[in-house]
Order: sequence, then structure tokens, then C-alpha cells
Amino acid sequence: MSFEDWYRQDRLPHIYCAGCGNGTIINCTLAAIDQMGWKKEETIFVSGIGCSSRAPGYILTDSLHTTHGRAIAFATGVKMANPNLNVVVFTGDGDLAAIGGNHFIHACRRNIDITVVCMNNQIYGMTGGQGSPTTPLGCLSSTTPFGCTESPFDLCELAMAAGANYVSRWTSYHVKELEKAVKAGLETPGFSFIEALVQCPTAFGRRNKFRQVADHVEYLKSHSLLKAKRDRMLENHEMIPDDMFVVGELTRRNRPAMGVKP
Amino acid sequence: MTSRLEFWQGNTACAEGALAAGCTFFGGYPITPSTEVAEHMAAKLPKKGGVFIQMEDEIAGIASIIGASWTGARAMTATSGPGFSLMMENIGFAAMTETPCVIINVQRGGPSTGQPTMSAQGDMMQARFGSHGDYAIIALCPATVQEMYELTVKAFNLADKYRVPVFLMADETIGHMREKILIPDKVEQIGRKPLAPGTLPFKADADLIPGFGQFGTGHHIHVTGLTHDERGYPCATNPKLHFALVQRLVDKIENARDEMADYDIINPGATKVFIAYGAPVRTVQQVMHDKKDPDIGFLRIRTVWPFPEKALARFRNARAFFVPEMNLGQIAREIERHVKVPVISIPKLGGELHTPADLIAAVEAHQ
Repeated sequence: MSFEDWYRQDRLPHIYCAGCGNGTIINCTLAAIDQMGWKKEETIFVSGIGCSSRAPGYILTDSLHTTHGRAIAFATGVKMANPNLNVVVFTGDGDLAAIGGNHFIHACRRNIDITVVCMNNQIYGMTGGQGSPTTPLGCLSSTTPFGCTESPFDLCELAMAAGANYVSRWTSYHVKELEKAVKAGLETPGFSFIEALVQCPTAFGRRNKFRQVADHVEYLKSHSLLKAKRDRMLENHEMIPDDMFVVGELTRRNRPAMGVKP
Repeated sequence: MTSRLEFWQGNTACAEGALAAGCTFFGGYPITPSTEVAEHMAAKLPKKGGVFIQMEDEIAGIASIIGASWTGARAMTATSGPGFSLMMENIGFAAMTETPCVIINVQRGGPSTGQPTMSAQGDMMQARFGSHGDYAIIALCPATVQEMYELTVKAFNLADKYRVPVFLMADETIGHMREKILIPDKVEQIGRKPLAPGTLPFKADADLIPGFGQFGTGHHIHVTGLTHDERGYPCATNPKLHFALVQRLVDKIENARDEMADYDIINPGATKVFIAYGAPVRTVQQVMHDKKDPDIGFLRIRTVWPFPEKALARFRNARAFFVPEMNLGQIAREIERHVKVPVISIPKLGGELHTPADLIAAVEAHQ
């Protein structure tokens, strides 16, 4: 595919900081969409507020950049009113898990046929680095100056418990795996959730001892625990370190779905 | 043209009006005293090929109808005070993105949870100014079950024509009242002006309204609540562009106030003039009927926002305007801005209608 075909050239340059991981995730998503053979005319991107939510504004399809946390609710209206459209939501950890948490779990429960790609940078990047519901314990942000004291959400566990048909998690390091995961999500009828952990050098990295972008990406890689390995460790009653996050395809199932293309 | 006679509740008439107007999408959340609208749509819409979806809250309800509207659907939601408050942010989004949608507010006593089962008109100013920033909307007020039907149809037409959220500001009295209603065979449907190919999606025509670039039709339109240029692209730090955009959003509605004004005038030569909308209209009608006094005039308003100020000048002999409202004088204050004679607010809170005696006492107290 040619990325130029999918981007609005007249909107460049984009707002993302040097070293931001969001572009990687957007590229993976567009590559997956291209493999699906989806046409621009029948594909709608929806987003809320935050760095990740600016993505639809750079993509050459119909797109809806909405209010903070509400992207999934808007997307529900688009998809239910016209199930022939392919609907993809770009969101972030603050948008999805804080202000938009209720819409997220209800969309999982309804199992509405949309794909949600969450760029989880574990911080509020756009507003300058406040703590989010996925900021790890002890991490520094402008609103957790002594280290985060609240436990983070596991967004994939949340999506699975609430009923999503497809759930997977990767990082900005795992581009090929992420592309495949997004494609699997697009193929699966019902609600698909793909979480992508991303580096945010400007708001997260510089406060949390990742002086170089590569250091953070390396951290994401080295702290990823493949689901298969996690399962083996559980079987062997091994301890799973607190700072590891499970990556891989976490669920793929066939619960009844809403808004599926007839 | 034949029509059919029914004996319906106001909320049923509203839902039937929406169906007649071609509404194909309802997204909402149950709340007294508007719930019958949702229930009726839940039963009827799917059979007509439309979509009813009960969302997780009112924020999601209005979000879903805005999303549906961009696919071309005639979309609506229905709520009351607390739900209306929750919708405010996305109402501003609909105004900013020029998304046609219809919001029914069957008003109950507030503030807060207030009086869920009692009637009020306390959200009239919230309807006009409730979301942050400057913008303009259209609000219609029915006083009969017949008008619940007719003004709902009108709301869809105005929403599509002006690309703006339109409110049916009903009240519990009219929403829950049952009375005779004449159902027309067919209603007028005025659709959206489509976006001409090659035209920028937010470039307005002479009427200040841009053509509508429906999702899924190849326009590749970007819709954002950020201040945007005519391409629809974010442009949030350009002072002149922001000023011009907001001014246009307000002007496209305010400049059309005479065109959409809907009111009745009785005894324009009178010196004492009642002004009412919604349920208090009925009490004024009773006073007019009982008194049969040519010196008592009546302005009955259906389009409360934009306020039809020209109607006030028709009462050239008026020495005082009497404004019964089921709030503490929200529209009375708006009327004060436009006239030089005293405006006497006749507030009534608590959920009961004004009695004719209340109104007569207020007029006599002023003499």
C-alpha cells in the first residue's frame, strides 16, 4: 500500500512530537485496513480528545473528531444508523478509560461491530503530562509529583470482562504483530479492542528516566510478556512480575454482536 | 386529504410526529416524564426499518444521534432536566459541527432531581445558553397534544434546513396530557441541502448554511468540534477565523428569526397583553374565554428561540405585558429587552398550572 493514499497531505505537518509512538500505531492500523481492501468511502474514523484522537484528522476518509471520552458513543450512532460503514475508533488511555470508561464497557457489552484502537501512553500527553488511569504505580506525572499511588486499569481485562469479541495488546515495538492484531480485529464481527502501549517522550519519558525514545521502546519490549508464556508460568505456579504486561491475542470469540454488516 | 382522529397522550403524539417526519434513529436514556417517547419509538421504529437504541446515559444518547445524523439519518433523543444537563457539552458539539438533530425535553421541576413527575418550564434559558461558548439554536414550545405532533415534525424540518440542534421544549403537563388529535395523512418534509461536489464542506452559501456532506458518500469530510476552517480542518488559534465562524453559527439562526417565527396574536389593540408558551397558554385561553375583554390581548408563542421579537411591536397600545411561566420569569426577562412598557412576570413553581384566578389577580394588582 501507499500511505500517501490514506493521508491528507494538505494537513501536514502533524502535531505529534518527535519520537511519539502514535504514528506507528496509525500506520499499523492503516496497513491493516488496506489489507482488508476497505474503500475510503465506506470507512469512518471516530475519535474523542487527546493526542491519539487527532489521528482521524490526518486520514483521508470521513471522520468525526468528537468530545472527550465520547467517541465510542458517537461511533455507535454511526454504525447502528448505517451498518454498511466500517467504523474504527482511535482513542487514548485518558479518553477511553477515565472520562469515557462507561461508554467503553457498554460498547463491549453490546458487542457493537466497531474496532477500537487505544494508544496507551500512560499519561495525558496533550495537556502536558498529568496522571491517567493507566499510569503505573510509582510513576511521575505533573499530578502525581511524588509517584502515582493508584493502581492502573488493565484495559484488556476490562474489555474481556465486559464482553468484547476480540481483544489483543501489543506495543509500538511490535509493529508486525500489531498490524496483524488490528486486521484480526477488523475481521472479527462484534467489538474489537486493540491496546497499543506507546512511548510519549515529551510527557512521560522525560519524567520517568527514559532520556532517549529508544530506551522507552526497549522497556516496552523487554517488559512484554507473551500470553502463551504467561499461561505457562501460571500453570507452573510461577510469580508474574508486577511490571510486566501481557501481550498477544487475549480473546477471540463469537458472542452475539450488534450492527454487523448485513 | 383525509385525516384520522385519535385520543393520544402528548408524548405519544411527539413520537408519532417523529415517525411521520421520517425519523429513523432514536438514541436515548429513560427519564420521567419523557420516557413514553422512548417507549413508543422502541415499539414502532424497528418495524419501520429504523433503529432504536437505549444508550448508557444521556451523554451517549445525544452522541449517538449526532453520529447517526452524519450518516444521513433523521435522528432524535428525548429527555428531561437532569438528562438535558448531561447533554449540554454534546449539544455545543452539534451546534459547532452544524449537525441536524432533534432533542425533546419534557420539562420537570428542577434544579437537580427536583420534581420528576411535576410540570415546569425551568429549562428555557438552559436550552438557549446551556452549553459553553456563543452559539444559537431553535426551540419550539407545544401547548397541546396536537402541537406535540406538529411541532415535532417542524423540529425535524428546521434542524435539517438550518443544520442545527432543534429543541422541542415541552412540559410534563403537555407530555402526559391526553386529548383529541387530528393526524394528517402526510406531513411536509424539508431535507438537507446536499454538499455540491467540489465545494468545501464548511463553506456557507448566501443563507449562511453549508451543504451537508453525508458520511459514506465519498466527500471525505472531517468533522471536528475544534474551531475549523471551510475545509473542516482544525484552526483553533486564528482569532479572525474563530470570530467569523461563531458569528456565522449565530447569524444563520438569529437572522432567520422572522422566517421561522410561529405565533398567534389575539386583540392586537389591547392595553393589557398576556404572553405565553407551553402549558400556561391553556390558562390564558381560559381567561380570554371567561373575560371576553377586547382590552386583553394575547401573544401565543411556539418558536421561543430565536425569540420572535417583532410580534411584540404588533401590540402598539400595550401598557403592560403579563407573562405567566412555570419558572421564575426566564422569558419575561427576554421580553423586557425588547419593550419599553412594564413586563409583569407571573411565576409559578411547584408543578401545578396557573389558575385563571392567578392571572386575573396579577392583572388587577397591576392596575
